Amino acid sequence: MSPWIEKQRYIIDFTISSLLRRKVKNFGLLALYTLIVFILASTMFFTYSIKKEASIILQGSPEIVVQKLVAGRHDLFPVRDIETLRNIRGVADVQSRLWGYYYDSLVKANYTLLTPPAQTDTAHAGTRTITVDSDTDDSSKPLFTLNGAALEPGTLIIGNGIARLRAIGKGDYMPFRASDGSIMNLKIVDTLSSQSELVSSDLMLMTEQDFRKLFGIAPDYVTDAVMTVKNPSEISMVAAKINKRLPDSRPIVREEILRTYDSIFNWRGGMMIVIFSAAVLAFVIFAWDKASGLSAGERREIGILKAVGWETSDVIQMKFWEGAMISLTAFFSGVILAYIHVFFTGSPVFEPALRGWSSLYPNFALTPFINAEQITTLFFLTVVPYTVATIVPTWRAATIDPDTAMRHTGE
Amino acid sequence: MIELVNVRKVFNAGNPSEFSALNSVNLNIAQNKVTVLKGPSGSGKTTLLSIVGCMSRPSAGRVKLNGREITSLPERFLTDIRRKTFGFIFQQPNLIKGISVLENVMLPAYPLGEKRSSLKVKAMQGLAELNIASKAASKVEWLSGGEAQRASIVRALINNPSIIIADEPTAHLDTKLSYRFMEIIEKFKSEGKTVIITSHDPLVYDAAIVDRVVNFRDGQIEGES
Amino acid sequence: MRNSSIFFSFLSAEAVLLSLLLVHASISESARHETIEEKAALVKTLQLTDLCLFTEARYTRHLSQADLNTAFQDHPLSLEHFPSGSFTQPPYGITERP
Repeated sequence: MSPWIEKQRYIIDFTISSLLRRKVKNFGLLALYTLIVFILASTMFFTYSIKKEASIILQGSPEIVVQKLVAGRHDLFPVRDIETLRNIRGVADVQSRLWGYYYDSLVKANYTLLTPPAQTDTAHAGTRTITVDSDTDDSSKPLFTLNGAALEPGTLIIGNGIARLRAIGKGDYMPFRASDGSIMNLKIVDTLSSQSELVSSDLMLMTEQDFRKLFGIAPDYVTDAVMTVKNPSEISMVAAKINKRLPDSRPIVREEILRTYDSIFNWRGGMMIVIFSAAVLAFVIFAWDKASGLSAGERREIGILKAVGWETSDVIQMKFWEGAMISLTAFFSGVILAYIHVFFTGSPVFEPALRGWSSLYPNFALTPFINAEQITTLFFLTVVPYTVATIVPTWRAATIDPDTAMRHTGE
Repeated sequence: MIELVNVRKVFNAGNPSEFSALNSVNLNIAQNKVTVLKGPSGSGKTTLLSIVGCMSRPSAGRVKLNGREITSLPERFLTDIRRKTFGFIFQQPNLIKGISVLENVMLPAYPLGEKRSSLKVKAMQGLAELNIASKAASKVEWLSGGEAQRASIVRALINNPSIIIADEPTAHLDTKLSYRFMEIIEKFKSEGKTVIITSHDPLVYDAAIVDRVVNFRDGQIEGES
Repeated sequence: MRNSSIFFSFLSAEAVLLSLLLVHASISESARHETIEEKAALVKTLQLTDLCLFTEARYTRHLSQADLNTAFQDHPLSLEHFPSGSFTQPPYGITERP
């Protein structure tokens, strides 16, 4: 083995012995550093994963959603306006949507109630990729067929989050308080899968009949309209035409939906800034402490090393390894723990923050999408500064000539 | 073999506290002899020792080692020479706390990158010769004064230097240990090494194996005995 | 065992573990393809517009459908009082300057 490699190994040996002398302090340091990397990496993994999934999944969202605004508020959409929309040039089809929110006072949760849209030829494309497996009994792997006919008046299909929260399932009855004060009991005929919770956790699917009865919505109104356009590149043009024909409407195009999720969890968001700044500040304090000088004991040691024959460069190398060892260990441990945290255990550390005031908290079984760029940036922002911060204060001490060192260590 | 020509050393040059530790010292140290520099504290012996041992440079004058001038060598070469030629024994053992005796002893050899297995053998041998092999794995805090002193001697010898320099070695040793120390010096001499010692302990400068005693006072050589 | 050997074995173990996890990531991506497809299909058939992330309020549940005034409905000063509001921004296009 070449002398240089052997020399590095010796230096590492000595550095480790040196660090082990102050076990508590150095392990505390390592733990703290690892924690910082853990939080940052977890955040990166979590947010990137969700954003990536959103960008894939929401490709199937409506091309244009048209809402009606009254006095600046989202109001019910009159069915007759659907004809107006149909007549706009470039429009392929217009469908109505019925959806709304229901507050369940028993568990203090908000549910999204939805009437599955009527099946058209294009909509079927979705069902073909889903496999039907009606015999499964446990909810970890059931996959779901959406079929307008399966939902009959008086029946309900609920999302897995609701099933968990209320501990109800297939065959149970769910009571609702309708708009006229009467109680409606709907029977649950199926539960949506747990893998799809990211989009379906709080959904309740019911027939149009039940929906209208529950909320007291007259047949000539719907919640909003969704449109498909003949030529996708003309979507914004069509949206402009909608604005002209229906002045009190608000069209939302698919592009806006996707962009909304692109900017979610942005670093500029309030909570993200807090997390990020806290981590950065903690790290800076750390490195600053390291960089601001050596203790008397450390100086003495360097003096002895110089006196027994170590050169300045040897001492610098030793300090480099000290910084690098702690950095590398903390970085790897932090990233590994973060990965396990987010992709194996469903990010429990973030739950209090993400959950907020909601009762229904989806099961975040995220797909591991990793952004290598982010991880590399994290590496360079943590390992390099810390290693440098460890070397810097040593510079002066390492250049003491051995004679001075000898004198100071004499007493 | 070591030649000092008109060596001066000034500390704190330019400040009000400037003082001259060495004034125009001319000295030749012979090979394979035991030379003792004797004088009261503050006479400049330690300063001279560190210049001879390539630990610091003179403010003026020249130093030659085996005919080769070393005064103006860059630090790297100077350190290299120091590592290979000199072994220092300080007043205090100056061992690094918290690590084992063995590791302390091997430290000076680390930058040279020698294979660990052979280095360890050398170190253990050295420890055995001074009867402290049993303490190899102990932390240095647990050694007695004499054991620590011996450990620092083993450390000084690890690179097999040809010149041993000792600065007031018996200052913190009792009589018995001091005699022991002089026995070790005798062994060095018989192995062909050159020894330079500073001391104001009569036990040292009156010892039989000492070949030459140089008297120091106020940074200058006064005479010899 | 030598200190440096211990350190290097530990570091290599971590590096190996990390690479295994990254391999897991790429394998999962293909294995999860199915579940992603399922979600995408649900979105398409049910004409969904948002992920179910925050169920605290209407405008946090359907981020892309919220308008500038939705928040007003809950608080006259439109101060953000749900924690999830600090993660999200108004839907794209709303705060665009002309």
